[in-house]
Amino acid sequence: MSQQPEQLKEKALKELESITGVDDLESWRVRYLGRKGELTLILRGLAGLSPDERKTVGASANRVKASLEKSLKEKELALRETRAASVDKDAIDVTLPGRPFPIGKLHPITQTVHEVCDIFSSMGFQVVEGPEVEWDYYNFEALNIPEEHPSRDSMSTFWIDYENEKGERPMLLRTHNTAVSARTIETMEPPIRVVEPGKVYRYEATDATHGWMLYQMDGLAVDKGITMADLKGTLYEVIRRFLGEDRKVRFRVDYFPFVEPGVEMAVDCVFCNGKGCRICGNSGWIELLGAGMTHPDVLRRGGIDPDVYTSFAFGMGIDRLTMLRYKINDTRLFYNNDLRFLRQF
Amino acid sequence: MRVSLNWLKEYVEITVPVEELADKLTMAGFEVESIENTGSGWENVFVGQIIAVNPHPNADRLTLPTIDLGDEQATVVCGAPNLKVGDKIAFARVGARLIDPDTREPAVLKTARIRGVASSGMVCSERELGISDSHEGIMVLPDDALVGTPLADYIGDIVLDIDVTPNRADCLSVIGVAREVAALTGQTVQIPEVNYRETEPPIDDQITIEISAPDLCPRYCASLITGVRIAESPAWMQQRLIASGMRPINNLVDVTNYVMLEYGQPLHSFDYEKIRGKKIIARRASDYEPMTTLDDNERELNSGMLVIADVMGAVAVAGVMGGVNSEVTEETTSILLEAASFNPKSIHYTGRTLGIPSEACMRFERNISRELTLPALRRATQLLAGLGGGEVARSIVDVYPEKLVQESITLSTGDMKRCIGIEYSLEQIISALTSLGFECKQQGSAEEAQVTAPYWRTDIRLKEDLIEEVARVIGYDEIPITMLSDSIPRHDTDPIIGLKREVRNILAGLGFQELMTFSLAGLEMLKRLFPESHTVDPEPIRVTNPMTTEQEYLRSSLRPNILVALSENRKHEDGGIRIYELGKVYLPGPQDLPDEHEMLCGLLSGPGVNRSWQGEGNPLDFFEAKGVVESLITRLGVEATFVECMDESLRPGRRAAITVDDNKLGVVGEFHPRVLESFDINEAVYIFEIDLPELLRFAAGYEMYRPIPRFPAVVRDLALVVDAGTAHQKIVDIIKGFPLVKQVDIFDFYSGGQVPEGKKSLAYRITYQSIEQTLTDKEVGKVQKQILDRLAKDLGATLRV
Repeated sequence: MSQQPEQLKEKALKELESITGVDDLESWRVRYLGRKGELTLILRGLAGLSPDERKTVGASANRVKASLEKSLKEKELALRETRAASVDKDAIDVTLPGRPFPIGKLHPITQTVHEVCDIFSSMGFQVVEGPEVEWDYYNFEALNIPEEHPSRDSMSTFWIDYENEKGERPMLLRTHNTAVSARTIETMEPPIRVVEPGKVYRYEATDATHGWMLYQMDGLAVDKGITMADLKGTLYEVIRRFLGEDRKVRFRVDYFPFVEPGVEMAVDCVFCNGKGCRICGNSGWIELLGAGMTHPDVLRRGGIDPDVYTSFAFGMGIDRLTMLRYKINDTRLFYNNDLRFLRQF
Repeated sequence: MRVSLNWLKEYVEITVPVEELADKLTMAGFEVESIENTGSGWENVFVGQIIAVNPHPNADRLTLPTIDLGDEQATVVCGAPNLKVGDKIAFARVGARLIDPDTREPAVLKTARIRGVASSGMVCSERELGISDSHEGIMVLPDDALVGTPLADYIGDIVLDIDVTPNRADCLSVIGVAREVAALTGQTVQIPEVNYRETEPPIDDQITIEISAPDLCPRYCASLITGVRIAESPAWMQQRLIASGMRPINNLVDVTNYVMLEYGQPLHSFDYEKIRGKKIIARRASDYEPMTTLDDNERELNSGMLVIADVMGAVAVAGVMGGVNSEVTEETTSILLEAASFNPKSIHYTGRTLGIPSEACMRFERNISRELTLPALRRATQLLAGLGGGEVARSIVDVYPEKLVQESITLSTGDMKRCIGIEYSLEQIISALTSLGFECKQQGSAEEAQVTAPYWRTDIRLKEDLIEEVARVIGYDEIPITMLSDSIPRHDTDPIIGLKREVRNILAGLGFQELMTFSLAGLEMLKRLFPESHTVDPEPIRVTNPMTTEQEYLRSSLRPNILVALSENRKHEDGGIRIYELGKVYLPGPQDLPDEHEMLCGLLSGPGVNRSWQGEGNPLDFFEAKGVVESLITRLGVEATFVECMDESLRPGRRAAITVDDNKLGVVGEFHPRVLESFDINEAVYIFEIDLPELLRFAAGYEMYRPIPRFPAVVRDLALVVDAGTAHQKIVDIIKGFPLVKQVDIFDFYSGGQVPEGKKSLAYRITYQSIEQTLTDKEVGKVQKQILDRLAKDLGATLRV
């Protein structure tokens, strides 16, 4: 019986000797020194021995325990040393590509919409959407464009197969998002700051710079004390943030029936640096948006008193902004959905 | 509006370089689209005279004209049919830069041999000189052209092509543009006095004019010129007409066009002899009233249109086109010249209805001033009497039942500041408006003025109109840049806007590329989705004026366009394609406007993992599509069940509705091979489609926090053999009904081999957990036994051994 601890020690040390991995040490420890380990069992069994035997075996077992613990520590240290020394043995070719995850991206137009909406949001504007199939009233009448107005000629319209009682066809595909502004004026109470992104439609032949479906964003601010200087400041800031500091901006007089005074904003052509090319029609400028102070009749028609409130409105081409940022010279690419194009953004 | 600089200079001194002038006009609202320098390429082009025309020895259609150039003579080969000895022409020497009539590109003229005869030089057509598109023959110059002069000196000019906005009808004229130029450059407009000799008897004795529809014709003026000789107009007039984009015809037609371009007032001339009863009546047409217009078309009029009639019938469609019965011809000697005001809406309607757009129509439509008629008529009368050598009957008939009074508008410095945002002094305001011809009366010491617009400014109605005038003359560049400074309005953004963005971001993370396709589709394309019924359901909404049949209907589904995109991209893509569109479909709505429904539609096809050094993954399949849906909706806090469903586009047995509490959120499935065939796709394509407003109902809001379990979970496996037709979902539903079951995951699916025919083997890992205590083996074993018994009883399941 008194030989037991020593025999165990020999067996344990021999086993310890053969261990090569740090991770295997734990199972060795459990086997001999653990709560149900062989040495622990010997120590527990001491209770059933005679006092003399208990003394010798106990002393021997405790010596063995201390010795095994010490050997374990040394072994662990040695193994860790070895492992540290050979850590560069299992080198891999780190230039091999990683496992290919599929890459998903947003459509460049969507990216522009999100970014421009975020810029406006940071200035307190709220995103609002409206119907693409619209009544003649919101697209034209409410915006000072009655039936015979010459401005209708420049916004060729798709009409919807629908007739009212009078045989008229007052339903159309909206030609601009200003229709949403007309609704906003009618439904919201000032103060108002909104942007209205969405698709618009023009009955127009398609070429590199014109499409029959376009993505635009209109906006409207109504409050006491809003001025044209605020309009200029807001739009310059948006263009600066989206297109960068370096673009030249042109802020010129233009006419839109629903604003007075009216403005057109353009930036210098990115394709020719303002020298004049096919894309900018040799003008050196690319039109980005129309804007102005909302016409008092438009406000009044929507139930807002123009003697109390002033307002600015604008409508910008999201397609145009996207073209300018990435130097895309053909709008048709946006809706052809060629993955070789879309994956670039 | 094409404006000749030479012409403009007659009315206003041009003190700045033309580029600067163009820039000023553009900034002030008159976009100069181009500056054409006629004559800039004409260094080697001279005025010549044809002194002989001999036949070409080797070609019937060619001739050999000899041209006198003053210091020398040249004989060249020419193909034009209109060579006439004595005519003055434009002769290009070798080296001249001309427009190639075929390619319309500039080209340098070289010596050539044409059918064996050498030719050094060319007699030019208008197209070759870049003056107009005409190439039917050579350009014949007026007689006063001096032989040997450089052509540029004779007819060279600079033409500004100006985009006049629809509100500024007054600037569809040289004088109107001159007024703008004057205001923008600090000059004044000089309009020469118009004088001519008149003879008795007075016009009133020779014609009576009556307006019976003053709403459509508020003013009618006429003059009478007798003894007119119809001839060619003088060169200066022809050149200006050409520069303005009009074709010279004869002195009579040219004068009316010239004055229209100069003053902006359209005119019409009648052969006085053909006016029956010597009476002109401006009246509404009667419905179905027939009339033959100058272009020899038989027209049918209606009561929305105004006609100019004599006692027998209509002689002109007012403001739109004259009638054949009163047409001026070579034999005409007496001219009744009309300058009238017509109702813009009626003219617009008439022009559109009859399909006769014209320069005159365009001006009337845009509401030119009623006060323009008299000065324009006097100017035209002067020119015609001068050029045609006729006598003018004394006085002018002027029937003006509805004289408009220009109301004055009060404008203050405060009004300017309120709108523009800066202080303009009253002096600045008055100076800007006065420069444009407005009359300003200062109200004592007050900071405001009473402003009356000049008669030609029919667009000025409100204070805001004046504000723009002041701001634009002083310059928009003077407007400062300020930011909105008041409190930010309350925001209640439609939650679907946020949801759309979140869905897009999640799908990007899952490897899906977003597409954006057209909203209009062809019926045939939509029908391909219905291989059984061939009926698009619901019936899509039609556009009445589509450009093509492929874009005739508002799309009622996102599927066709994305399938087309997939098919097109497959031509150059080998790898897995994961694409989607998030956009509207348009369904007939309960109300009048359609239901514009936001939908998400994604397609998957090809290998799941693109080929790499670590091998190739499994092809994308139904469970990939379903996994995407589960991942997406789980991220949005939605838990759905999938049940077999009907969908004609999808393959039976491989289509499932995504449902939450019996509400259908969408579908996931594999496309029916017949649908794929119709889109030229020959690989399996999987789809998921989700109705976003429906998804929003369940995705809105957020869940409350649940404590992390304090007691350990116990995991037990359960391998079952069941009938092949037993749905996994049924088993899960039963297991989940037992207490302590926290989670059930299937980790093995197997059929064939040792599993008997008609059976399948499913293995589940069941996680048990209590929120109150650590579970014992005995407790877990008891529940596991109950589960097995229940599965055996309900589904005939047995334990796999």
